[in-house]
Amino acid sequence: MKRKLAVWLAAIVGLGALPFLGTPVYLLHIAVQILLWGTVYTAWALMGRFGMMSLGHGGFLGIGAYVPTLLWNYYGITPWIGIPLGVALAVLVAVAIGFPCFRLRVVGHYFALVTLALSEVTERGIVAARDITGGSLGLTPNTVSGTSLFALQFPDKRYFFLITLAVWLVGLWVWHRIDGSMTRLSVTASAEEDAAAAVGINVTREKLKVLMVSAALTSLGGSMLAQYLMYLNPGTLSGVMVTLQMLFAAVVGGMYTALGPTVGSALTIILTESLRILFGTRFIGAANTIYGILLIVFTIFMPVGIWGCVVRRLERRPAAPSFRRS
Amino acid sequence: MDIFLVEAMVNGLLLGGVFALLALGLNLIFGVIDVVWIAYTELMMIGMYAMFWLYAKYHWPFLAAAAAAIAVVAVLGLLTHFLIIGPILDAPPINQLLATGGLLFFLQSFATFLFSTEFRNIGLRLPTLEVGGMFISVARLLAFGVSLVGVGCLYAFLKRTYWGLAIRAIAQDRQIVGLMGIDARLAYGLTSAIGGALAGLAGCLLVLQYDVHPFIGLSFGPILFMICVLGGLGNMLGGLAAAFIVSEIIAVSGFYVSIDLSYVLAFLIFIGLMFWRPRGVFTR
Amino acid sequence: MLDLEKVSASYGAFRALFEIDMSVATGEAVAVIGPNGAGKTTLMRVISGLIRPRSGSIVFDGQRIDGRRSHRIVTAGIAHVPESRRLFPRFTVEENLKIGAFVPAARAQLTGRLARMYELFPRLKERRHQLAGTLSGGEQQMCAIARALMSGPKLLLMDEPSAGLAPVVVDQVFDLVQRIRTEGFTVLIVEQNVQSVLDVVDRAYLLEVGTIRLKGTAVELREHPFVRRAYLGM
Repeated sequence: MKRKLAVWLAAIVGLGALPFLGTPVYLLHIAVQILLWGTVYTAWALMGRFGMMSLGHGGFLGIGAYVPTLLWNYYGITPWIGIPLGVALAVLVAVAIGFPCFRLRVVGHYFALVTLALSEVTERGIVAARDITGGSLGLTPNTVSGTSLFALQFPDKRYFFLITLAVWLVGLWVWHRIDGSMTRLSVTASAEEDAAAAVGINVTREKLKVLMVSAALTSLGGSMLAQYLMYLNPGTLSGVMVTLQMLFAAVVGGMYTALGPTVGSALTIILTESLRILFGTRFIGAANTIYGILLIVFTIFMPVGIWGCVVRRLERRPAAPSFRRS
Repeated sequence: MDIFLVEAMVNGLLLGGVFALLALGLNLIFGVIDVVWIAYTELMMIGMYAMFWLYAKYHWPFLAAAAAAIAVVAVLGLLTHFLIIGPILDAPPINQLLATGGLLFFLQSFATFLFSTEFRNIGLRLPTLEVGGMFISVARLLAFGVSLVGVGCLYAFLKRTYWGLAIRAIAQDRQIVGLMGIDARLAYGLTSAIGGALAGLAGCLLVLQYDVHPFIGLSFGPILFMICVLGGLGNMLGGLAAAFIVSEIIAVSGFYVSIDLSYVLAFLIFIGLMFWRPRGVFTR
Repeated sequence: MLDLEKVSASYGAFRALFEIDMSVATGEAVAVIGPNGAGKTTLMRVISGLIRPRSGSIVFDGQRIDGRRSHRIVTAGIAHVPESRRLFPRFTVEENLKIGAFVPAARAQLTGRLARMYELFPRLKERRHQLAGTLSGGEQQMCAIARALMSGPKLLLMDEPSAGLAPVVVDQVFDLVQRIRTEGFTVLIVEQNVQSVLDVVDRAYLLEVGTIRLKGTAVELREHPFVRRAYLGM
């Protein structure tokens, strides 16, 4: 236990020092995106690992991205207030949809399709309100020259990297907490709900807890992405496609471990960048084609994802005698 | 009543026809195989591209191109089942949704890869009729008519043929159909092919009205899912009714507010209805 | 006609059947009795192909059928009336019968077979357009049996036909079994109602915890002290 903690601390310090060791800005840029999207995917995986497949997280992401930015652009309200408000709205929406769903046992396919509606509504709503949100053309947060803590804008990527690192670590910590306190929830996943309820587990409340945390974290990720990219677009920060992106990264990276989704994030971003560098704009769609195939292949053959496999291998190392059935 | 409102309502009805076709296909597959093909409208998109390719590029006669396009998507349906769904038939629903989600990615990007994101028009302009002050496009009327014929054919197949009976049997009790001498695998294949064919037919009809591009599936998909869930997943009659009702809601509210807002309204109504009747508004 | 040799079956890690040896001769009626959880239903499912046996061989009419998928065992001539009937609830009685005759050979003789079934089961004829889900327990059992017979089997497997039925109806069901026998069908019937089933069969096997504990003629088993004590309450 102590050794694990030490390893973690060393890694964190190491990562934190990275920007100041002369790492090229481009790499920092990639790293920030990996970590931010990693946080978002981790948030999705919080639900996915318990069998709750939500296709509505694009909605939470969109809320997190647009609420603080709109408040900042129109009312000059600092993101320090705007971001929590976004989180609050995301959680509210989550409960509004989640509570009836869980109460009425809307699960599986039905749950996925109902939440899909949420992603759709958010994207279309943003587009419909184009006078305020800029619609499909996008929205840019009003820039403040230089570094501004008030506006949460940091032209210097190094500082943003540190903030991102902090957010990402928060996400991992949240995962860890949920993991520890929610082993009961593993029982409620999939078909065991009646059994779980019979044992006194308040299935609805447990599920809602996870949903709320997941929505909050997703919203936070969306806010940070908006602040970093300094450009919002309903297609990239909300809607069905970005939700499927979450699916992909979480499944291929591994949604049953804390680091899995981040691994998935690294994979998608590195893949996209490599393809862009190698082929320029010649093969648009190549990356997603690969994602699609990988998602299918992984779902069939490796549902625990890449990182999940790695973790399993590592855990099998101790050569303790195992009881084998002859 | 405002003639333009009536026109909107008529157009809603006509659009409902194609959604009815799609809903039937999706419900058939869900009812029999118990999976939702998230990528269903992407299959339709492939059908549209096939039409574009054969008719606009290679100048096949329209009906031949349509027949070929339908066949292509039927085969795609078969492949989807045997390559993707088959291996995970008994896995939890989330896995199946993930896999068909992957298919969605794949089909969209593959189409982007092949055809780029440009909007392609099939280049066939059908006239617009003027009926009592309303402008009704012939393409829409045709789509509606053919959709109804398609629905009728499916109905006849399911009710009157032995394989139709077999498919309806599997939808009720999958485990023991083998005891009747029914090869379940064959039945699944047949169902998948029919589902694909219906999507292909819908594509042929829509390509007369819309330009095709790799993401057109996203314009119809979520609404289609909403329709099927409202009607009750697997409930074919429910899906039929829901298709027309939802199309009307969208068309009528689109008359009063912007088209995007009308979709938002429809979705919000949908979410509300789901909580009133979680199993579908029309389920028995 | 049917020969099981050292047939074993399991559900995952759980062993349900251990090296069963059993046989049914043409024209016979054989029962398999035993308590709940003994593996009787598993045995039926292994024979009809719903479950693959882990090991052993099943020979029917000279062909090996173990490992075949169930729809091909039906074509070989075995029909299985499942436990708890398993009628298709949204089909009418007639549709249930029709689907029973799915195999091409039976389909060709559909009208003839239907007529025959309605002769054998007049109650079903009355209710032919009624939804199967709305039938009474006894009627459902009749319908399930008729459905199985529609495929024109040489061997009829019946899994606990009397389960969940009122005593009066149980008697009717066993009368039915008798009648089916006189029609010339070979029957293998799994039952918990030992008293009634031993009256209609020639031979029986006692299955307990996945193994055959006793076997013999119906008379022998009825007189056997263990059976009398444990199953006949004497």
